[in-house]
Amino acid sequence: MPAGSRDVAIVAVAQTEHKRSETIKNDVEMIMPVLAEVKSSLGLTQADLDFTCSGSTDYLAGTAFSFVTTLDGVGPMPPIAESHVEQDGAWALYEAWVKIQTGKADTALVYAYGKSSPGDLPKVLSRQMDPYYVGPLWPDAIDMAALQGRALLDSGRSSQDEWAEIASARRIAAKANPNATISGDHTAADILATDPLKDPLRLHDCCPISDGAVAVVLAAGDRARELSDSPAWITGIDHRIEAHSLGVRDLTSSPSTRLAAEKAGLGDKPVDLAELHACFTPQEVILAEALGLGAAGGSGSVSINPSGGALSANPVMAAGLVRIAEAASRISAGESERAVAHATSGPCLQQNLVCVLEGGK
Amino acid sequence: MSDDTGEGPAPIALPDGLWFAPEVSVEGISALEGVERVRSKRIPARLDYTYTAGEATSRSLAAMKEKRIIGEKCPEFGYVYTPPRGASANSGLPTTEQVELAHRAIVTSFCVVNISFIGQGVEVPYVNANLLIEGADTTTFGLIQEVDPSEIEMGMWVEPVWKPDEELTHSWENIKWWKPTGEPNAELDLYREHV
Repeated sequence: MPAGSRDVAIVAVAQTEHKRSETIKNDVEMIMPVLAEVKSSLGLTQADLDFTCSGSTDYLAGTAFSFVTTLDGVGPMPPIAESHVEQDGAWALYEAWVKIQTGKADTALVYAYGKSSPGDLPKVLSRQMDPYYVGPLWPDAIDMAALQGRALLDSGRSSQDEWAEIASARRIAAKANPNATISGDHTAADILATDPLKDPLRLHDCCPISDGAVAVVLAAGDRARELSDSPAWITGIDHRIEAHSLGVRDLTSSPSTRLAAEKAGLGDKPVDLAELHACFTPQEVILAEALGLGAAGGSGSVSINPSGGALSANPVMAAGLVRIAEAASRISAGESERAVAHATSGPCLQQNLVCVLEGGK
Repeated sequence: MSDDTGEGPAPIALPDGLWFAPEVSVEGISALEGVERVRSKRIPARLDYTYTAGEATSRSLAAMKEKRIIGEKCPEFGYVYTPPRGASANSGLPTTEQVELAHRAIVTSFCVVNISFIGQGVEVPYVNANLLIEGADTTTFGLIQEVDPSEIEMGMWVEPVWKPDEELTHSWENIKWWKPTGEPNAELDLYREHV
């Protein structure tokens, strides 16, 4: 992080339950309780927040400018300073962090939501491929993750046994997460006994489809200390991107994650917790390696995805910000001293954001 | 499907000296001998969605089926939104109280459409207007018919023309169009905030 930057902390978080399918409420009705909760937990109203930034995508809603109707949920009248990214909410948080660095804001509301269920999600995600060469083949999100998994197996650096251990650990961890879409006692042996969904991936190697939302409030310096007894300070944040075409990247490694982690100062001190935005088990192996977290199964000293991760709840466009919110909650609760949260965007881990959080100060 | 196997549009001509199009030679690739030449392909793209109207919109569509127009009220500031989407932009709070609106509206602004397009379903010229339905604090779009477009003015009172009762459904399309009531135009103060 550049010298001279302002200290910024996450002072409140709120999430919906991430349901398999929210068929009663529309998008704005789904997010309003979360926006109200995160503000009221601090005794703030919208007028107290200097900046608001959100993340979502029209491709999930199947509607143009869908974020405009959901913006009503924050109460944007009289007019507020507001922005939106057509990306995961982790990037909305990055924009808000930059806004605070400029000195134009001391507080910011960041939220993200995704109703992933209205369309055929794996097919919807195929639309992020280029429209000339890959898009017309309609490879869905699971096809592309399977290609990545196959490449990782071929590299000899991971195995389906390891993936099954990861899937088992995340679904067991998710039993303690009331917002998780799926959880349960699935042993690695049970998982390995199932048939492949798309070889080499089994169903358990894949995230669920989830509808949900998340909101956080950021505050700078003394304002953060006023608002919270235990702010989660963002001591480093950075994001990097790789080539779009799958054919020009080594899908078995994530140099953009490694670079973002370096720039965010991840290696300056050890972390005890990591929330990784891995929608498929092979991606968790790749990310753990890029971040230097040791064995991805969680056998090392770093607790990986104690929330169950995106493998247990994956509201698209919110799941990355959820990682940051989960890590911040554990810092604020005193369960972690230094944590790393990761968010991804694009096919097969194309773009990656790394956020380092610490307590104290 | 292949659009073109030889005839049809010629390749784009590029300005001399700026760009060049390399000649692609497939000589020597024996597998391509005698293969149909394809200049372009059309790949259908389609995504289907199951739309959730939500609680507030569902309530208003249920009313529509009964030939009623409702709005929903901001619990803090009293603004009435129609068609309701469930949130008050003034407070960020859910709108839960339903308000019955009159079958009468003020034209706050309008556009005479003279251009035809596919799927239009109405003969040109016609008028699309922003309508402030009596009892609501937001405007909504409506088609104006049964009047010459040249006679439409801001402030004109209009009323809905409904489909026959047996054709009513959960849709704003129950209102076929709006037509002038013949009353004197509304005072500007009644709709000043909505222009």
